[in-house]
Amino acid sequence: MVQGHNELIAEKIEAHRGMAGGLLPLLHAVQDAIGYIPEESYPAIAKGMNLSVAEVHGVVGFYHHFRTHAPGRHILQVCRAESCQAMGCSELEHYVKARLGVDYHGTSADHAVTLEPVYCLGNCALSPAVMFDEQVLGRVDKATIDELLNTLEAA
Amino acid sequence: MSVRVYVPCDSGALSMGAERVAKAIRAEAERRGLVIELVRNGSRGLYWLETLVEVGTADGRVAYGPVKVADVASLFDADFLHGGAHALHLGITDQLPWLKNQERLTFARVGITDPVSLDDYLAHDGYRGLRNALAMTPDAIVQQVTDSGLRGRGGAAFPTGIKWKTVAGCVADQKYIVCNADEGDSGTYSDRMIMEDDPYVLIEGMTIAAIAVGATQGYIYLRSEYPHALVSLNTAIERAQAAGYLGEHILGSAHTFHLEVRRAAGAYVCGEETSLLESLEGKRGLVRFKPPLPAIEGLFGKPTVVNNVISLATVPIVLDKGAEYYRDYGMGRSRGTLPIQLAGNIKQPGLVEKAFGVTLRELLYDYGGGSASGRPIRAVQVGGPLGAYLPESQFDTPLDYEKFSEIWAVLGHGGIVAFDDTVDMAKMARYAFEFCAVESCGKCTPCRIGSTRGVEVMDNIMQGKQVSKNIALVRDLSDTLLNGSLCALGGMTPYPVLSALNHFPEDFSKASAITSETALADPA
Repeated sequence: MVQGHNELIAEKIEAHRGMAGGLLPLLHAVQDAIGYIPEESYPAIAKGMNLSVAEVHGVVGFYHHFRTHAPGRHILQVCRAESCQAMGCSELEHYVKARLGVDYHGTSADHAVTLEPVYCLGNCALSPAVMFDEQVLGRVDKATIDELLNTLEAA
Repeated sequence: MSVRVYVPCDSGALSMGAERVAKAIRAEAERRGLVIELVRNGSRGLYWLETLVEVGTADGRVAYGPVKVADVASLFDADFLHGGAHALHLGITDQLPWLKNQERLTFARVGITDPVSLDDYLAHDGYRGLRNALAMTPDAIVQQVTDSGLRGRGGAAFPTGIKWKTVAGCVADQKYIVCNADEGDSGTYSDRMIMEDDPYVLIEGMTIAAIAVGATQGYIYLRSEYPHALVSLNTAIERAQAAGYLGEHILGSAHTFHLEVRRAAGAYVCGEETSLLESLEGKRGLVRFKPPLPAIEGLFGKPTVVNNVISLATVPIVLDKGAEYYRDYGMGRSRGTLPIQLAGNIKQPGLVEKAFGVTLRELLYDYGGGSASGRPIRAVQVGGPLGAYLPESQFDTPLDYEKFSEIWAVLGHGGIVAFDDTVDMAKMARYAFEFCAVESCGKCTPCRIGSTRGVEVMDNIMQGKQVSKNIALVRDLSDTLLNGSLCALGGMTPYPVLSALNHFPEDFSKASAITSETALADPA
């Protein structure tokens, strides 16, 4: 675990102690702050929320959104649900994977982008859609992906 | 007086560059020394025209679209601020046939107002429903909702009033209102639009529900894929609270209602109400056995109303205009309107709110304008990933819960995804199993194991291995899933699978024609 994370996580635990159903909000707060939920933090989270370590582990593992390892600097989510399939997202998926040199859940070698699949971004009127960090992009084609990734490489 | 220019802040519009367009308009106006008032409204729902820019004129709002940053200077040159002619000029927004022929009740304000402006909300009939409700007995409120014929818009179509009555009839020290905003169905975005583009109407609906059943705490369980909705809702909740519409002594009454947004974490199954409640309690989203019903033993074991965003957002208009007004729309037992979402391979995708009874054909061709690719529409999936695929011969089916049941299909949450004739329906059937395998909570065996077996069997079919035997296996497996699953995820995965198989059998034997020799040689 990175130095400083312990204190940060302890702060978040303190803020969620006693909150009804507070485990998910706490996990979100931790991931929002440091990008992932380190497994080393489970004992502290369990103690703070009056749960067993197994329960924390189970909850983190159940939800697709939570990750246990540091992601790249950016997260690119490619929608692969039906509406985007109807507009050719599988071709887009192959292109993005080849371009980044990773499969889903992988991080590019330069640590710039973590690629994730997503099942619907609610932008189905403008399929295919991707989400780059918190920015949704619609009617995405290879050119959009190139533009996005070229900007990152240039930065 | 400065001209009002409207540029949407809806995430769909933003996905097409609305933020850059807004900035460009502001900069260009400044450069030309023109004073404008830039309003960030919601989306009108004509997504193929986003970014749709509007200007306020004496005749009404005039629309231009789709506007790109490169068009901004020429729009100013054409004096668009006074409705001037331009290649992107569409005319008076409200007169566009696509909008004019809709029946927007739940979506009355969407795209018109600044979503988080409470003044705008009040100026457009906001909080009239709540004011009426405060003058009524809780029983009378429940009766109004029951009489309106409103049924759960999340997909299950259970009468909203009956659910409320059950919770109202429970004696408990604490009751809850939970809004299911885990809109995970592909092809649906009406919940997102309400939350981003008119969040107060949802807050008002939940407040009325709380008064009707005697709840004091509410939660909106919002999917994590909707970051813009989170901001919009939290801003609106804060402002509603500051103005006395939430919190203690609502509008000076004896009623208390606290409301909080809780973020989901990317599990499709948490759209199922009992799984959602587990998640809200901070646990894994495992589906619960029913009974007990959530209305009797719901969140933290207390009586709980769990309603979809659209159901709750429709309550204010029912309480404002009366049950009869709403019930007069629709057909059969499907009363009122349905916000329909056109998606996938469609030329003019967007939000169409119409009374029940409109046909798929009208939606796909009159509103949708046919496919985006220009090829024939071969199949449409209605009601999300667990909805059936319908062939062209069923396009005249009216949107009505019972009419859809008759053809073994569902309306679900009102999403319609169109596919052109390049679609491989065997692939879509395989995907349905794959999706179920990815999203299964794992509690019941048919869903947990059956979904994975389904993918394997479909792979064999697609490779032409013992096709007729394997098709029989898919049917048998589907029967197990249909009848043996604990919730709709496993229980409805057979809808897309079997409808694809029944309506498009030719796609399941394609590979067999090519590889029949190898299949015969296959000893397995």
